[in-house]
This record gives sequence, C-alpha cells and structure tokens, in this order.
Amino acid sequence: MSIDLSQFFEVFFEESFEGLDAMESELVNIEPGTEDKETINTIFRAAHSIKGGSGTFGFTSVSDFTHVLETLLDQIRDGQRELTTEYVNLLLKSVDCLRTLLRALQAEETPDLEEANELRGKFEAILGMESTAEPTGSSDAVTEVAKNTYQIDFKPKPHLFKTGNEPLFMISELGELGEIETQAFYDAVPDIHQLHPDECFLSWRFFLTTDKEQSAIEEIFEWVEDDAEITINVCGGIFEDAAALSEENEPLSVQKTATQALVSPAGNKELAKKVESKKSTDSSTSNSIRVGIDKVDSLINMVGELVITQAMLSQIGEQEITESTITALQEGLAQLAHNTRDLQENVMRIRMLPISFVFSRFPRLVRDISQKLNKQVELKLLGEQTELDKTVMEKISDPMVHLVRNSLDHGLEIPERRIAAGKDPVGTVTLNAFHQGGNIVIEIMDDGQGLNTERIRQKAIDNGLIQAHEELSSDEVNELIFMPGFSTADEVSDISGRGVGMDVVRRNIQALNGSVEVSSAPGVGSTFTIRLPLTLAILDGQLVQVAQHTYIIPLISIVESLQIDISKVSRVGKDLDVLRLRDEYIPILRLYDIFDHQGAIEELDKTLLVVVESDNHKVGLLVDDLLAQQQVVIKSLEANYQKVDGISGATILGDGRVSLIVDISGLIKLSGLKRPGSQELLVEQHGTEVA
Amino acid sequence: MSEQKDLNHQLNLRKQQDENQYLTFMMADEEYGLDILAVQEIRGWEDVTAIPNAPDFVKGAINLRGTIVPIIDLRLRFGIPSISYGPLTVVIVVSVQIREQQKVMGLVVDAVSDVYSISQEKAKDVPDFQDSDNGQYVHGLVNVGEKMVVLLNLAKVLDLNSKQVAQS
Repeated sequence: MSIDLSQFFEVFFEESFEGLDAMESELVNIEPGTEDKETINTIFRAAHSIKGGSGTFGFTSVSDFTHVLETLLDQIRDGQRELTTEYVNLLLKSVDCLRTLLRALQAEETPDLEEANELRGKFEAILGMESTAEPTGSSDAVTEVAKNTYQIDFKPKPHLFKTGNEPLFMISELGELGEIETQAFYDAVPDIHQLHPDECFLSWRFFLTTDKEQSAIEEIFEWVEDDAEITINVCGGIFEDAAALSEENEPLSVQKTATQALVSPAGNKELAKKVESKKSTDSSTSNSIRVGIDKVDSLINMVGELVITQAMLSQIGEQEITESTITALQEGLAQLAHNTRDLQENVMRIRMLPISFVFSRFPRLVRDISQKLNKQVELKLLGEQTELDKTVMEKISDPMVHLVRNSLDHGLEIPERRIAAGKDPVGTVTLNAFHQGGNIVIEIMDDGQGLNTERIRQKAIDNGLIQAHEELSSDEVNELIFMPGFSTADEVSDISGRGVGMDVVRRNIQALNGSVEVSSAPGVGSTFTIRLPLTLAILDGQLVQVAQHTYIIPLISIVESLQIDISKVSRVGKDLDVLRLRDEYIPILRLYDIFDHQGAIEELDKTLLVVVESDNHKVGLLVDDLLAQQQVVIKSLEANYQKVDGISGATILGDGRVSLIVDISGLIKLSGLKRPGSQELLVEQHGTEVA
Repeated sequence: MSEQKDLNHQLNLRKQQDENQYLTFMMADEEYGLDILAVQEIRGWEDVTAIPNAPDFVKGAINLRGTIVPIIDLRLRFGIPSISYGPLTVVIVVSVQIREQQKVMGLVVDAVSDVYSISQEKAKDVPDFQDSDNGQYVHGLVNVGEKMVVLLNLAKVLDLNSKQVAQS
C-alpha cells in the first residue's frame, strides 16, 4: 500500500508558488500598524499549507523553514506581537527564499540552505528560540540542549488510508526529530478473509528521544488528529527537564529506560531511505495551465453544437440531391463555418490568461527598487483582467520588468527635485493593458522628468549612431534609445544602465511579432507602449504569389501595397532598385531572386510592390500578385526540417497545401541590405542579456 | 493503398523476434533497406511546396495530416541523376531520431520492393568507404538470395546539418 507521491509533486509546487504569490502581494500591501486580521490570516494560511504539503512530500528543508515563519505569523495573528516593517521585510525575504528552495526541489536539485538557515536564525532570534538551523545534524553528539523521551501511542482508525495519509511518512518524519524506537501492534489484523486492503489495522508505540518540543511531535500528527487516537507523554530524558511538563502529562509506567530508547532501530533508517528514493524518482516537468471551468463548459457547448451541425449535414448527404437539399446544404455549411470559428476562438481563449499574472510581480519590484533609490513611488495597475496568450505572457514579463525599472531609475525624480518642480513628491508609475484590434497594448507610464532629448542626441553623436549635423525630430531622437549600445545613465547602477537594455527589450518584443514605442514630454513624463499580437498560434496573413509559389506576409508588417511607378525607380549600385515613395526611398527586394524561384514576372511595372516595415526599416517586396487575406495557423517548419532563412514558419491553406510565412527581418538580413547611414545596425548582435 | 495491405501481410508472415526487419526499395536498379520500425507510412507522390534556398535533394514540404513534412529525393541525395516523378513514384515517410530530435521526413524512391528479416550477424561490415561521402550513409551490406541489399543509416542520410550538406 504505497502511493507514488511524486505524481502529486507538480500540483504541490504549483499550489505552493501560488501561495507564495498570495503571501507576497498581501505583504507588499501591508502598512505596519494598520494591518487587518484577514490579511495576516491569508498570509498565515498560505504559509501553513506550504508547510503541510512540504511535510507530506518529505521536503523537510521547506517545512522546517516555513515552521519558524508560521510561528511568528501565529504570534502576530494572536496579537502577541506587533507587525513591524522589519518583520514585513524579513517575511518578504523568506518568500523569495522559499521560492528558491521550491524551484530547486522542483528541478530535483539539492537546495542551497545557506540563505534559509540565515533567515531562520533571524526568525529564531526574534522568537527567542535557540538556533536549530541543523535539524537533522549529528544526533550522537552530546548537546547541552535538554532531551526528553516521549512515549507516543498512535492508533489510526481503519479509514486512515482513505483520507490519503500514509503512516510511513509520519513515522519517518518522527525519526528525523531524534532517536526513535518503534513497536508495532498487529493483533488487530483480522483473518485474511476479513482483511480489507484499504483499511488500517496496525497501531504503533514510539519512544522518541529528542531535543524538540512536544509541539514538534504534535505537528507531525496534525493532519491525522481526527483519524487516529494519538497520545503523547513525556517519560523521562537524559537531562530530566520534565518538571515543567509533568503538570499536564501524567507520568506513565514505562519499562524502557531512556538509554534503551536511544538505540536507533535499523528499520527506521530503511524507511527513511525509501522516502529518499521516492523523492528522486523522476517527476515529469509538465507545463500545465489552469483553465476556468466556465471556459471548459463553453467549449463543451460548442462541441455539442458542432455535433448537431455534423448530424444535420450527414443527413442531407444521404438524401437525393435536389434544389432544396442544396439550399439546406449551403445553410448547414454556413452554420458549420460559424461553429468552427466559435470553437476556434474558444480554444484560443483557453491559452489566454489575465495579464495580472505579469502585473502582480510589479508591486514588490517597485517597493524594493523605490526603497533602494530613496524615491517615493505609487504604482497604479489598470486593465489587469486583459487576457493574452500564455506564451506571450511568459516572454513579455522580462522586457516589462526592464521598462519599469527604467522608469523608476531614470524617469522618476527624487522627492526633493519633484517638490522643486512643483510636483507631488510621490511619483506615479502606471501599467495599463487593453485590447485594440487584434492586439494587446501595454503602456508603462511615469510622471517623471521625461527623456532628455538633448542628452540622447549628444550620446548618439558620441557613439557614432548619428552625424552631428543631422536634424532629427524629438520622436526620432527618442527612437535612438532602442539602438544597440546606448545608455544615457550618468553612472551605471545595478538597477539599469548597462547599455544592453532597450535594444534587447525591443528585440524581445519584436521576436513576439510586437512593437515598442516611446513618447515623452520634458518634465511631464514618458510612456512606453508595447503592442503585441494576442496569440502566437494564429496570424493575419496576406497571401502573395511569387512565380508559381504562394507565400504569406504577416499583415501586421505590411504598410501598403502599390503598383510601381517606373519613373520613380532609380538604380543604386550594381543591382539594387530604389523606389521614391513620397519623401522616402524604399529599396526593392525581388522575392523571386532572394528565394531563388524561376518564372516570376521580372518587369517592375507589371508586378506589385508590398511595402513592409521591420525594425523601423521599410522595404518593398516584389510579388507577382496579391491573393486573399486570411488568418493562418502557424506551424513549425523547423520541427521536421531546419531553420530556413527568411521564413518564420509554415501553414496549411484551405486546399491542404503548405504555404510558407515570410519573416521580414530575416529576409532583410538575407538580402544583405544594410540600413543607409549606420552600417552596423543590421549586423547580428551577440551575447545579449536582459538587464 | 493495396501496397500497404500487401506490406502488412508480408509483415505478419515474416514476424520473427530475433531478427531485424528491413523494408527494401529500388533505386536505379539497386536495392536498399531501411529499418522497418522507422517507416511510418508509404504514400504516392504529390505536389510539394518548394522551400527557398534548400539543397537540390530537398524537394519541398507537404502537409501530412497537419504536420509539415519535408520531402527528400534519395536519388539526388546520393548523387544519382533524378528521374521524372509519375503516379507510381513512391514516398516512404520515416520517423528518425536525428541529433536527439525526432523528425518525420518523406523519401522519394523509385519503388518499394520487399520486407526481409535479417539477423544482425548476416549483415556484412561496410567496406572501407573512407574516401566517399556516401560511405557513412551505409549501415551494412547483406546478401538475400542472389541480390545484395544496402542497409541505410537513416540518421546520417537525413542529417541535413552535416558537413557534406553545408558544402554542397
């Protein structure tokens, strides 16, 4: 009767991380002195379930650590202690520490306990406990700590197993507290015919010699209190310290002496080993997603409708073809199309999560950074319920962290300067998310000093990004901060300003088919606007024809499509044609040439030009014809083949044929085209990091 | 489809546990063998979507029930002149582990031939092909009756990132 607990690990980790998130967000909101009881309770409950879970699964490093945390919280909850800022900071640190521990356990690594032990020491100092940072340390060593021997009678009720409890784990946990001797009583085990395999007939008596308090033992049995008879009594120790406890505990007549009780049974070690080996069995690192039941329900409804439509169509199919059946068939097909679209939208919704998952990490970040910078900051979160694709969400959070740090570090002024400028000393950073068309827009606004265009300009000239005589509008100047190797920070701090920042932010966002822009007004503040497609799985595409091949150009990157006015085309260099379009010069890329296809129309005036933009860089793609616009499902070409330059993926068209999706920035690279004026711009960057 | 039925029939007849089974196919009058466990299905030739700037032996990609599968002309891969594709041209879809990634690819061959059970000992070592690019693609040689069958090392044949491909 042993359950492979490892199958529940993933759930435990997920719940624990959620618990930690809850603790963190409550802690950040707490104003010491004005906290209400419910907040403390929420934090306490989260800590308590993490402790319980980790104890059950044998993650003692976590449960030991959470225990001290919980003790402190318990005292605060009972009003024995006042919550101070010091405690809040300490608790926040332990949330981080627990997260690290759990991550390590999840990755099946041995967690680094140094930080945990240090924090635990601090907690214990507060609680006035002796430091027991090494709980399972050398038990042979004669310590000065008083040891007691407890007699523990543990008589589970028959239904214990059904409640999901495993005595083996409790016993091995008990064994970790100190020296243990175990007696098992099996006289209750019935005849084999009456034996129910899912009932517990065994009971145990333990003699435990430990320096731990009785509460530590009680805690182990905390989860089975109602499912077993448990009596714990002190029956003597090496350094008799029972005086204090004897009042509440009647001394029991025990034959065993303390010395006998010290003998560690070999069997227990084996038990411990068993637990150890279970711990190391591979827990599949599945990436799961939590879906609201309403979303699942609506999916089931949709599928139901789909089935009905299908039944209707197959019924029509069996009839003889007449005028009326054709009409019915057309209606049925229209309904089918409707059902499919609904189903598609709803299936996509499953991958959608509210952006509050990303936003929720910012209160903490802002709090920490503003403390470090001595700035007063209020963080406003708007549109937290805006949903976006899980994959996009995971990839957008690092760039966002960078932008928020930037706003705090460079954007907002220190309080004195804000007062001098006639502003509220408390600066505001606003995160706003909303849907616009098929995109999600995330704005990061601050009411700080704005971008210093003069300094950016100067810096850009120093770095050779622009020429000293170039006249640039302030928007164009602001764009410069996204160039590689650009930083205006006067001194490099550990928060931002290593010069590997904004270009990486932009690149990461572009990798998601998104864009980032900045607008700024001196003295009023700056706003970064991130635009992202709602999902990575589907894309709005323009089908184009090149020779006999059909390619797809992402609609989001198309600026316009036009017929070429041959008089405005001039030849630059050996083989590059440039079209003058209004006040811009657009290089013409011949798709058939780049992709090496024969049989395309080569005369410029007989073809069409699709002007696309990528990295703020406009080029015209020469195509034979424009076909339909449609949503396409992105499929990987790499999965069975390899990366193809200039192609970002493939899709399957309505007729079942494969069509390839053009990757604009890859295409520009492939064409060997360089942005005029700054040669190094399109050269690939290596060794990037998100600061 | 009838090809596939025949194949299943033969498979059942020749099921023997201690031997490896090989699906053989014809190409330019030579018989080649593939480990049958790698074979997913056998299809007729259909039009493919060309992949830009691919090596000449990569004919393009097809949609295999929602997956994008590249199609490789084995004749061209081995440097044998290609023949025109007709309704009888066969594509063997294989699933191979290449550099720790499971990839599904289609192989264009002249015709599917037979299924043989071949014990590991019977497969002769490959003669020293050191100088030849194609040598590494051969896993072993075996005599079946009067004929010689070349057993292929698919993982090498289909590794498109290998040096030879990069050079060509």
